[in-house]
Amino acid sequence: MRHNLLRFGLRFVALGYLALLLIAPLAVVFKDTFASGVTPVWNALTTADTLHAAKLSLYALLIAVVANTIFGLAIALYLARRKGVIATVLGAFLDLPLALSPVVVGLALVLVFANTGWFGTWLQAHGFRVMFAFPAIAIATAFVSLPFVARELIPVLREIGEDQQQAAATLGATPVQTFLRITLPAIRPALTYGIVLTAARALGEYGAVSVVSGGIQGQTETLPLIVSRDWNNSDQIGAYATSLLLASMAVITLIVLNLVKPAHQRQEAA
Amino acid sequence: MTIQAENISKRFGDFTALDDVSVEVADGSLTALLGPSGSGKSTLLRIIAGLETPDSGRVVIAGADVTSIVPQQRGIGFVFQHYAAFKHMTVRKNVAFGMEIRKRPKAEIRERVDELLALVQLGGFADRYPAQLSGGQRQRMALARALAIQPSVLLLDEPFGALDATVRKELRVWLRRLHEEQHVTTILVTHDQEEAMDVADQIVVMNHARVEQTGDPREIYDHPANEFVMGFVGPVATVGDELVRPHDVDLALEPADDHSEAMIQRVVHLGFEVRVELLLADGSLVSAQITREAAEQLELSRNQIVYIRPHRTRSFAGV
Repeated sequence: MRHNLLRFGLRFVALGYLALLLIAPLAVVFKDTFASGVTPVWNALTTADTLHAAKLSLYALLIAVVANTIFGLAIALYLARRKGVIATVLGAFLDLPLALSPVVVGLALVLVFANTGWFGTWLQAHGFRVMFAFPAIAIATAFVSLPFVARELIPVLREIGEDQQQAAATLGATPVQTFLRITLPAIRPALTYGIVLTAARALGEYGAVSVVSGGIQGQTETLPLIVSRDWNNSDQIGAYATSLLLASMAVITLIVLNLVKPAHQRQEAA
Repeated sequence: MTIQAENISKRFGDFTALDDVSVEVADGSLTALLGPSGSGKSTLLRIIAGLETPDSGRVVIAGADVTSIVPQQRGIGFVFQHYAAFKHMTVRKNVAFGMEIRKRPKAEIRERVDELLALVQLGGFADRYPAQLSGGQRQRMALARALAIQPSVLLLDEPFGALDATVRKELRVWLRRLHEEQHVTTILVTHDQEEAMDVADQIVVMNHARVEQTGDPREIYDHPANEFVMGFVGPVATVGDELVRPHDVDLALEPADDHSEAMIQRVVHLGFEVRVELLLADGSLVSAQITREAAEQLELSRNQIVYIRPHRTRSFAGV
């Protein structure tokens, strides 16, 4: 009896928390967005600025995902199999993007890449424009979403160990063959999970991007920046519509995540 | 193929795994590297396989120096303690792996895999996944996978170490039979002296990064080179300065010239044999192992005074 009460209480708290923090606000956004019908929403979403921002957001997401997948794989393979000072320090630094406020990340990037920054001066001299342009957005997005792939892969790689790789080697497989035929299939669910998390984080990035992009209307705005601008200009429909677009993309991401998860668990059971 | 490991040394940081170790394995033989954990036996096996690089020394397989050759090209079959099964592949795919890497024709692979699965008694399990097999079955699959590439040498790293005692004994007998059919030169690493005695033609006893003794099982048991080997390959009792196997201690009810007095502390029935734990006059403890029949004839009981005479004693004092 007591046990049941406790379980009921826990469930109530968990669901109540979720409802208050997540479901209720999302539902209100959804309701308010369509308060005046579908047409204004459609109009808000199809302005040149919003379409451009959506394009920028997607490009930045693609670059962040590709870069962090390659980097994440490499560093996870390294950290999962090495011990020592370098590995420990690298492992600690890997979590920096999660610990650091994105605004601080943005400011740091400005210091490095702005015309007066130490790397920016060199870039400027060679005709590259990074700050307040798409490259800065891509770099900021990649930075804040950096750890996810690696963090998903490291425990899985440790769990599999190196026996299978060594067995493949004694059977004649080259390192590339071993990676493609043995390692990759074993880590695929974790890798997909990491990529989805990276994509979700990249899509929603606001803080760092708002600092480094300059938020030039129609040029360096991403979707979250549009939401912010519309909100500040009291364009409620615009802000809500774009929010809803972002929220839908997040939901799609979460659905993909959950489609992947069972396979992940199946793998662990085996 | 003969295998020679010559003057191999290997350190991991401050730890010396192998200190100038040389081992020679005859063509077609089954050699056991026997020793306690940390004695360097697994490291030696992994160096022969090319999975570790020695700091110095060289590895020669069939007359060719392979020290700087990658494991892929050594033509070895390696079996790991924890199976190293490819979890996402079926049993058939696991066994076929080496041949697929070598791009053998499909029909040939199929035929050879069927043949090997029959050999390791996994004929009906081709389409299962490793997770659906027992430990013993997984290890037999790993053995078939290693044999599929027709290796010139087979290296087994504590292959039965993760299995329970019954399965371990079954697989031992089975491995011996397999070896007699296939004649692949085999090195088996084990810390279990009974396992080494049971399957190997030659035993290399290792301790503290060095080889203590090399010989056939009988030689190692009857003529151990030192106290460590004597203690490691079988039970030992100490009488004075001398070491003796408990089954080489005779018991008598009447005193005699060369017998010493002892009091029975405990009589333990082990099945066919009986272990008699004795307290000597000088306060030291000795175990004697006699057959059940002998024990019944003597009608041994606790606190009884008996007279013991150790024979075939060995002394390593001063060695």
